[in-house]
Amino acid sequence: MAELRKERLDRGVKVRTDSIYAVSSMKEIMFLIGPGLALVIILLVLPLLLSPYWERVLALTGVYVLLSIGFGFLAGYVGMVFLGGALFVGVGGYISGLLNTVGVPIYLSIPLATLLGALLCTLAFLPCLPLRGIYFTMVSFVYPLLAARLIAATGVFGGTDGLPGLDVFPNKWVSLYLIVGVILVVVFAISRLVNYKDIGLVLRGVKDNEQAIKASALNLTWYKAQAVFITAVLGCFGGAYLTHLYGWVGMSLFATEFSSLPVAATVVGGISTVFGPMMGAFLLVPISEALREFGTLRIVFYSVIMVCFVAFWTEGLVDYLKRKYEQFEHWVKV
Amino acid sequence: MEIVIYGIVNSIILILMSSGFALVYGVSRVPNFAHGALFILAGYMAWVFLNRFNLPYILAVLLALVIVTVIGALLYRIIIVRVRGMRTSEIIVSLGVGIAILEYLRWSGLRGMAVMLPPFISGSTSILGVVIDYQRLFIVIGGLGLLAFLWSFTAYTKTGLALKAIAQNERAALALGIDSDMAATVAVALGALFAGIAGIFILPIGNIVVELGYDVLIFAIAVSVCGGVGSWKGAVYASFLIGFAQILTVSYIAAHYHFVVALLVIILVLIIKPSGLFGRQKELEERV
Repeated sequence: MAELRKERLDRGVKVRTDSIYAVSSMKEIMFLIGPGLALVIILLVLPLLLSPYWERVLALTGVYVLLSIGFGFLAGYVGMVFLGGALFVGVGGYISGLLNTVGVPIYLSIPLATLLGALLCTLAFLPCLPLRGIYFTMVSFVYPLLAARLIAATGVFGGTDGLPGLDVFPNKWVSLYLIVGVILVVVFAISRLVNYKDIGLVLRGVKDNEQAIKASALNLTWYKAQAVFITAVLGCFGGAYLTHLYGWVGMSLFATEFSSLPVAATVVGGISTVFGPMMGAFLLVPISEALREFGTLRIVFYSVIMVCFVAFWTEGLVDYLKRKYEQFEHWVKV
Repeated sequence: MEIVIYGIVNSIILILMSSGFALVYGVSRVPNFAHGALFILAGYMAWVFLNRFNLPYILAVLLALVIVTVIGALLYRIIIVRVRGMRTSEIIVSLGVGIAILEYLRWSGLRGMAVMLPPFISGSTSILGVVIDYQRLFIVIGGLGLLAFLWSFTAYTKTGLALKAIAQNERAALALGIDSDMAATVAVALGALFAGIAGIFILPIGNIVVELGYDVLIFAIAVSVCGGVGSWKGAVYASFLIGFAQILTVSYIAAHYHFVVALLVIILVLIIKPSGLFGRQKELEERV
């Protein structure tokens, strides 16, 4: 028996669409925009089909999707492993809740909370931005805990009881299509930002070689701050959204789960594209919600999945699917 | 006087909590985020052996420590070794294992205030007019003993020197025939053992609760970051700084701020002196 090895070749349609003939036939156009189109259609149709319980799950999943995209963006493109997603959720949620208690209506409090919260979080992280690698990770992990303990210790903003009785979304369509719409805009915007904009290039540079960025007379901290701000916008929107989904804001918005589940989602989906973290969150969060009756066992479940993916199958789902989509494999004699 | 004595005790508790984490990161550059989980696991296993299997105290504790050490070694050999050198993945897998252990314990019944290890000897005495229980004295003795052991281990034994060599220059160490993977396994296993010992010493003064696992991890991070990782002197000074800062806040401001202080100290130290209190240039390059 001769030894065999697997050979991978690009599909013909992939080769053609890479070059100038991209739009020569409907088939090739569909090959290019198909996956994105499928995503848009699925997400737009999904809210019409779900039962009330799964509508709730979809809303919560949406928040995790935004957090996962943020984590994947920072870790994959900027090289900052950020374990403090819960801080964004909490800050966004509390600002939105506080604005709402003084009478700001819901359609103003969410955008205000998103921007103000992101600004606040970025300012809070400003001193830590020069840190690299594991030190940044460790400090980011500490921030949400610090915020939660501060609220518990000082008793501000309702202390451990939180702020009840806030406005909720007028009906389920607003809440569902708001989060779906935001996800779609964010996914394509970030994908565009990192692939086609100058800042995307600089941010990749931050990941690969900070010295080169400094040598190019670019202000490293300024770019890192922008990246954190983008992530914070996603997280703070998620927090504000959750606040008005439940009509309540409390310390559970700073829960470690908001920091750890996005990591698992990113690892499962694959870190090299923006779509990976999103897919990961869409897979993991519903499963985790379905396991809710088992209590914290669901956290064990996704932690174990995360560890297995990192240690044994680093590629991630989306990269695997992308490879299958763009290439074919066959065995050849060595 | 009370502040001085309890400050010292609190600082040594911090040293105990962080020594395992600092050891592993210092000698093998593996950030073991499962540290807090191993700390709780050791205490919980000792409790299970004591109360479910009615083993004698010494046996239960030793068994728990052995199991934790083995878990540490396996953690490295099975999982971390695959992602060695990739910082992100190392953090993610060890944190994942840590969360899995802690949340599994919570699910399997480690809830509420029921689980408690008995102190070595109950009772209390007074030193210079301050009442202090025997367990806290044991903690001081244990912490100092552990420090002495660590210092002599890394300075005089062959394994310890090998670990230090790997930390300083991995290539040169490899060229001299030091097995880098073996050394890292030893380091992670030792770190797990230290976490276990810390758990056995510290847990009797309170209840075994899952949240403590996360707190221990954070204190370990705080001490390592402040002290400058890999420098024993730094870790000891940082423990005393944070320990006394906590006790001072507890006695002059309010008890529930004591956790906040630790976190603020980390952030402040990083802003003012990013290399840590006793960090050297090499560490500065690594951090900033």
